[in-house]
Amino acid sequence: MSTPTQKEDGVDQRRITVSVNGESRSAEVEPRLLLAHLLRQGLGLTGTHIGCDTTNCGACTVLYDGEPIKSCTMLAVQADGHEVTTVEGLGTPSELDPVQEGFKEEHGLQCGFCTPGMMLAAKALITRNDEPSEEDVRWALSGNLCRCTGYQNIVKAVLWAADKERANGGGSAEGPSTAEHTDLTV
Amino acid sequence: MDEVKIGGLGASRKRAEDNRFIRGRGTYVDDVVMPGMLHMEILRSPLAHARIKSIDTSAAWAIPGVRLVLTGEMAAQRNLAWMPTLSYDTQAVLATDKVRFQGQEVACVIADDPYIARDGVEAIVVDYEPLTPIVNPKQAMAPDAPIIRDDKAGQTDNRSYRWDVGDKAGTDTVFAEADMVSKVSMHYPRSHPSPLEPCGSIADYDLGTGKLTLYCTSQAPHIVRSAVALIAELPEHLIRVISPDLGGGFGNKVPVYPGYVCSILGSILTGKPVKWVEDRSSNLISTGFGRDMYLDGEIAMRRDGKMLGVRMHVTTDQGAFFADAQPSKFKVGLLHSAFACYDVPVGHITADGAYTNKSPGGVAYRCSFRVTEAMYFQERMVQAAADDLGMDQAEFRRVNLLPDDAFPARTPFGFLVDSGQYGKCLKVGLDAIGYQDFLVEQAEARKRGRLLGIGISTMTEPLGAGNSREYDILGIKMFDSAELRVHPSGKAILRTGARSQGQGHETTWAQIVAHELGLPADDVVVEEGDTDTAPYGMGTYASRSTPVAGAAVSMVSRKIRAKARKLAAHLLEVSEEDVEWELGRFYVRGAQDRGVSIQECAAAAYSNMPDGMEPGLEGNAYYDPPNLTWPFACYIAMVEVDPETGVWDVLRFVAVDDCGVRINPMIVEGQIMGGLTEAYAMASMQFQTYDAEGNMVGSNFMDYLLPSTWETPGFELHEVVTPCPHHPIGAKGVGECATVGGPAAFVNAVIDAVGHTGVRNIDMPVLPDRVWEALRTGHDYSGAPPVKGD
Repeated sequence: MSTPTQKEDGVDQRRITVSVNGESRSAEVEPRLLLAHLLRQGLGLTGTHIGCDTTNCGACTVLYDGEPIKSCTMLAVQADGHEVTTVEGLGTPSELDPVQEGFKEEHGLQCGFCTPGMMLAAKALITRNDEPSEEDVRWALSGNLCRCTGYQNIVKAVLWAADKERANGGGSAEGPSTAEHTDLTV
Repeated sequence: MDEVKIGGLGASRKRAEDNRFIRGRGTYVDDVVMPGMLHMEILRSPLAHARIKSIDTSAAWAIPGVRLVLTGEMAAQRNLAWMPTLSYDTQAVLATDKVRFQGQEVACVIADDPYIARDGVEAIVVDYEPLTPIVNPKQAMAPDAPIIRDDKAGQTDNRSYRWDVGDKAGTDTVFAEADMVSKVSMHYPRSHPSPLEPCGSIADYDLGTGKLTLYCTSQAPHIVRSAVALIAELPEHLIRVISPDLGGGFGNKVPVYPGYVCSILGSILTGKPVKWVEDRSSNLISTGFGRDMYLDGEIAMRRDGKMLGVRMHVTTDQGAFFADAQPSKFKVGLLHSAFACYDVPVGHITADGAYTNKSPGGVAYRCSFRVTEAMYFQERMVQAAADDLGMDQAEFRRVNLLPDDAFPARTPFGFLVDSGQYGKCLKVGLDAIGYQDFLVEQAEARKRGRLLGIGISTMTEPLGAGNSREYDILGIKMFDSAELRVHPSGKAILRTGARSQGQGHETTWAQIVAHELGLPADDVVVEEGDTDTAPYGMGTYASRSTPVAGAAVSMVSRKIRAKARKLAAHLLEVSEEDVEWELGRFYVRGAQDRGVSIQECAAAAYSNMPDGMEPGLEGNAYYDPPNLTWPFACYIAMVEVDPETGVWDVLRFVAVDDCGVRINPMIVEGQIMGGLTEAYAMASMQFQTYDAEGNMVGSNFMDYLLPSTWETPGFELHEVVTPCPHHPIGAKGVGECATVGGPAAFVNAVIDAVGHTGVRNIDMPVLPDRVWEALRTGHDYSGAPPVKGD
């Protein structure tokens, strides 16, 4: 559990530790800080985007213990002790995740703003269901809005990635699992 | 050399941009962090129309971490409370006397972090004296309406402009003598482009150098630089505007917004960088919307179906400030491109603009300067006319579309259309969807109570503003530009005055260079958006990039080729006249094996140039287009309406687009599918309206609906290729065609399905309750917002 502390100006602070892309990260945060802001401003992982203020768009989607969640609708303190995967944790420095490859191959992105959230929602689907139908893909991504593509190529991209994963025998390269500790105050 | 293999013209080249975006390594405005940066939040008016009696900011100042609270009064001290708009009106930056729309900017709080800034906004107390709001332009134009813009000297009513075009006398004569006149009235509702990334800026005014660096979400960073110089009275060489990666624009990011100006003022006053990133609700309630236009339209016809003339009266709802981003000579954009694809001898259009208590805008959301309205009204009028004649809607179009030998063709409103094959385009669409078979199926289904409908939209639109005789913004002619530098190793950097927001310029411009010079596209890096480095250009909107900046890329490449030819002659030790070009290589006429590559010429430009030749291999081109480009399309929707609920489903959608030569077919198709999705959204679910108190309905994603994967239908794409005769590579613009032409296809299909009840029009969005009501009553459904006192 997070431990309450106080900043000198009296604002309540909690110390939290979150595993982000396989790295253990610790931070002092206000309880009201949204997870999306911890990732973006606190940890500099700016691939996670914010496209709305009512939890509709899914641009902030990350994996939370493997499940897709909208990080604009979770407090950073709620992630204490959990595992978070962001777009920066997809693939490895030398190898793209099949989902990333699929989006490029099938022209599943234009401005790129929805892309990180969209790919993580797709990743969660493929992990759960290695042979999704077009309908499965459309349903799994229905919490992620895109303004550019009209979705048709995104669906193709996810099916491409599922095919590639199956051809690989399932299970793509995991992100680095080093146990570095980083202290910061947000 | 195989042009497609090196990523030249016609290659469906994978995008250069994707490599960073799929890794989360794009750099959007909110990703930029500067040392000492502060954060700004804006306090917005909760009321649509009210006098400001007082603003108490003391509690906000008292919050630890708050560095500055800006009010209109403070802005006025710097002559920044008001700013000019791109339509030669003025717009309040921070309200001083009154608020004139809900969501208007009233004050700003600048603090150490955005959470504190928002606490500060909550702590400001404003005392308002409410005034009667007006949200319907017809009410605004009534003689006794209170004057919204009482800040403007000499403004005695709520009219923002009056404009007309065409031959009034000739049109009136035709209408007096026609066999039949078909009339229809419609409202194109207010919608919002809502790019997934909202607007934002970071202003960094360096007190040491006097230089302002402004990161901002701009589709036209050079225009922003010139506008900021004008508004903030800063010298243009000491303003650097950087428009980094943009998370979509869709016309929302052309204007200069009060938030940008406030961040600049905030940085000047604090001496620190100030970041402002609006939230979604702020984006929807205060930034540039699209449409909001009323039409009374008429077509005069012969009984055999030949159109003789058109007459249109439109009223635009401008909101509280006339701030459309459009060429200065055209008050209602290029609305007069209506009926450009048809053989109509004469026409007349009148247009009135009205101020209302609503947010400013009008030109946005893939509208090509009001062409969305022009083509929607045109295609709805055409369907109504066909129905009035009792004629098949496809046949009515076929007999009235301009024939292939008509080009270049003069339209009834004075445009010159460059090229077209409209009959072929329509036929490809009808064949693809199986039109005749569908009509049989539809008739049989109706006997069993099933409501099937088919809707067609055929259109052409003017893209690529535009030639210097007619087109300017703030007096600056609407050219565009490219600068190309070839390095000694034959790799190159290209910069243009356009600004991509996802359209793939970094990929496609390199393809034009590959086509012109034979340099592999992968060897050309493309940059846009930094006014210190990119050549001056007018930016990206109205699908003008390929017609104008794309042409400039061609022209600068040809300049480089001309110099490379001299270098080749030197290297080959022959005279220039004896040098022949094939893609990527010069050779000696009559001795094809004696040649040098473009890369060898590049090396020679730095290491072995002939005596008297300036070293280096680079140049620039500013392109003043001779005409607009006129892509065209045929869109056909097939729908089924549920008579019990009014819900309609898209059974099939066929799109046939002709944008001339396709630089990158993959990217063209992506543009079309995105545009069709916007068209479907507008037709089926999307609008912003206002209640009688001036409250916006549609100011967040809970009720301003964007289709997801689940609602969006599949699209079947086809093409016809009719090159643009005046463009260096025969390419036309295309980015907006589907949004311009698509909505009428959907609405025409629903009207076709329910027309047996006598319904002639249901205003967009064609919501199930509207369809149900129309089916029940047989009456048209108007989507106009309420008149106060109704």
